[in-house]
Amino acid sequence: MIRPRSLILQTMARLLLPLQLLFSVFMLLRGHDLPGGGFIAGLVASAGFILFLFAFGIPATRALLGVDPRSVTGAGLLLAVASALLGLLGGDPAFTAQWWQPAIPLIGTIKIGSPIIFDVGVYLTVIGALLTIVVSLAEAEE
Amino acid sequence: MLVAVLAGFILAALVPWLQPYFGERAGRLYALLPAALTLYFATFLPGVAAGEASQAVYPWVPGLGLELAFYLDGLSLLLALLISGIGAFVVLYAGDYLHGDPRQARFFVQLLAFMASMLGLVLSDNLIALFIFWELTSITSYLLIGFDHEDATARRAALQGLVVTVGGGLALLAGLVLLGTVAGTYTISEIVTQGEAIREHGHYVPLLLLVLLGAFTKSAQVPFHFWLPNAMAAPTPVSAYLHSATMVKAGVYLLARLHPALGGTDAWIAICSLIGGATMVTGAYLAVRSTGIKWVLAYSTVMALGTLTMLAGVGTEAAMVAFVVFLLGHSLYKGALFLVAGGLEHGTGTKDLLAMGGLRRAMPITALLAAVSALSLAGLPPLFGFIGKELMLESLLAAPFAGVLLTLLAVVTALLVVAAAGAVALRPFFGPYRETPEVPHEPSNAMLAGPAVLGLLSLLFGLVPGIPGDAFVSAAAGALSSEPVHAHLALWHGLTLPLGLSALAVAGGALLYSRWDRARAAMRRIDAPLYERGPEAGYDRLMAALSDLARRVTPVLQHGYLRYYIATTVLTLVALVGLTLITRYEGGLATAIDVRFYELAIAVLFVVATVFACRTQSRLGAVVSVGVVGYAVALFYLLFSAPDLSITQILVETLTVILLVLVLFKLPGFVSFSSPRQRAWDALVAGLLGTLVTLLLLVAVDHQFAAPISEYHLAESVPLGHGRNVVNVIIVDYRALDTLGEIFVVALAAIGVYSMIQYTRPAREERS
Repeated sequence: MIRPRSLILQTMARLLLPLQLLFSVFMLLRGHDLPGGGFIAGLVASAGFILFLFAFGIPATRALLGVDPRSVTGAGLLLAVASALLGLLGGDPAFTAQWWQPAIPLIGTIKIGSPIIFDVGVYLTVIGALLTIVVSLAEAEE
Repeated sequence: MLVAVLAGFILAALVPWLQPYFGERAGRLYALLPAALTLYFATFLPGVAAGEASQAVYPWVPGLGLELAFYLDGLSLLLALLISGIGAFVVLYAGDYLHGDPRQARFFVQLLAFMASMLGLVLSDNLIALFIFWELTSITSYLLIGFDHEDATARRAALQGLVVTVGGGLALLAGLVLLGTVAGTYTISEIVTQGEAIREHGHYVPLLLLVLLGAFTKSAQVPFHFWLPNAMAAPTPVSAYLHSATMVKAGVYLLARLHPALGGTDAWIAICSLIGGATMVTGAYLAVRSTGIKWVLAYSTVMALGTLTMLAGVGTEAAMVAFVVFLLGHSLYKGALFLVAGGLEHGTGTKDLLAMGGLRRAMPITALLAAVSALSLAGLPPLFGFIGKELMLESLLAAPFAGVLLTLLAVVTALLVVAAAGAVALRPFFGPYRETPEVPHEPSNAMLAGPAVLGLLSLLFGLVPGIPGDAFVSAAAGALSSEPVHAHLALWHGLTLPLGLSALAVAGGALLYSRWDRARAAMRRIDAPLYERGPEAGYDRLMAALSDLARRVTPVLQHGYLRYYIATTVLTLVALVGLTLITRYEGGLATAIDVRFYELAIAVLFVVATVFACRTQSRLGAVVSVGVVGYAVALFYLLFSAPDLSITQILVETLTVILLVLVLFKLPGFVSFSSPRQRAWDALVAGLLGTLVTLLLLVAVDHQFAAPISEYHLAESVPLGHGRNVVNVIIVDYRALDTLGEIFVVALAAIGVYSMIQYTRPAREERS
């Protein structure tokens, strides 16, 4: 069923993908204070890629991704585990949250913490896993 | 001491990176580690000889009271020295034995990991840590026996060893937990001081039986002896190391270690002496009956393990000294003989003693080394093995239980062993020269170093028995009997009864060896029916019965029909939870619940979409209407102010529908529908689950079982979690470990789908 064919779908996908990715990053970063977070953001980003996949087919999507979705899954898991181990460096048990609040000129104080890094890990794992599944299924179709 | 134990594991982890750089010389490099460990342990000798014991404790899982506690007394030190000392020669030897083999790196990883596990086992002062190292030795042994994994015999032998030792290990775990509960501590050095309390406890007998089962399977006692000779499928350095000098000693080590705590009772003495005695004779008999050089040695190892178990059972001070001397003597000569056997196999291309002969001209050094160690095996003066045998006979003559029987068994064993030693040391080297598959040649120096040094030690300790006697035999025997022991070892005890018995055995053994070929034929005639009903046949039948059971049970449980899986799961849940709810719950159900009209509207939407999904005749229609149910749930989340959940639900629903469409699109329309009877049954199952969940919700609303944690979460979200979105703080901070587990599940699901599709692809491509 996935053949590059519909002009409307292709145009829409090309326009929507960057917006969806931007939106997913937005959801990811605001997640700690407002509705959002890694899981939701991962789903949004995956939806963008899946739409693109429907419109342009597998080779184009793989070329767009640049990396194998399986590697993205692995990177996400590694990042999540690494963020959990940050606590050990500070002498705390693993998974203890570590926070830094550096003041950056013009922007103001931002907060960076190991839970945010953990959330990025969740984000990447969700994208990687979903795309692995969808790309596999789509390939099986052909 | 922690570093000493872990060094082997660390080096094992580094092997894959080191191997390419050092190639063929890597074995020599790795041998430096056990050599260094030998020196390190040797520094403890003076202290231990003076009766001191070293301890080192490192917390491991403090919450469970689990610690890495190491304890070094005479017994541990003796074994640690044997493990690291013989380990150094075996590693050195293996480098040349596996010359040019591309699997060298894998071999060294497993061998070094085994060495470290074994060191951990003999040094552990905590029962649980000991058990973990115990199982690690079983697993590394499994990998090493099955090293030649393309050979079905090796695979079978590896599995057999694993099943027997790990099966015994399960019993041991239960026994150790019982022991720890009875003694009130898992620290071995404390347990051994409470012997009387443990022996009088009501759980003593089951505890003893479980521990003994573990020790007997590991140390290949009758009727579990069959796995050890089969383990000879492993490369020869492994046989020399694991299956003669070290791992199989773990069982007798445990007996010795726990002797002060468990030993001395009638049950202990009877079981250990009789099983040990039976194993001893069986091993010696089978050794004479075999013709493969490794099999002869393996069965003589079974003999030695039986002897050690028997001595641990006898338990007198003299028996303890004999135990330590015999153990040391056996490790020295058996390690050497296996390495010689490997050299013979390497040099001639055969393992069959009958195919060898007259090799003394081609392999003079090997012949000499074989002779020295075989003399020790046969128990002839002036080798160290002689002293061990004399002490054993002496202690058996004075044994409090069945002394005459045990002495008789020991004399018969000694006789048989003399013949077996002759078969190993004389048969290949003397007599007429026989053609072998390869032109016989001496092995390399690295392969001769081990047997040479071990043989020299056998000779030196035999001539000057004071050296081992003062250095560790007294200390080790003291650890066994919980009282200080002063061993005076001597080569010449005067014209005593044991000496006479020894002479008798040697004469009989020499006679037996001179008629070895005829004796073997007679033995094979006599015992053929026994083999068919022996323990190994029993093992085979047990394994066959297990496979058969699995073959019958699997189609019942794993039938492959998703609808029955779901029905089974749902009905089990309803039965278990429903029954508990009816019989245990005493509170009421919530009755006053105010429902808004828009909530009711969404509920109606639910029902309509569900009914439509059940009734529709189109696949796509069913998928979409299930999606509608999902969106309705998302609406509910929104109404109850859970925007995160709501967003997630909508996204997941959308993606699910897309995925389902992707999968279902190509499928033809529904062809067969379930029968009305089937539908009624499905409705019943679904209705039961619905009723149960409704009841549970009403109970939950009515009844507050514990103070809700949500208030804590809300209060601490900003100060502790630095976030105002409590849901997200819970996910990534409060309960990050759960989330980590969940994303691993997500990743696993992806791998599962991927591999399933990739796996079926080639088959489909072949068809098309």
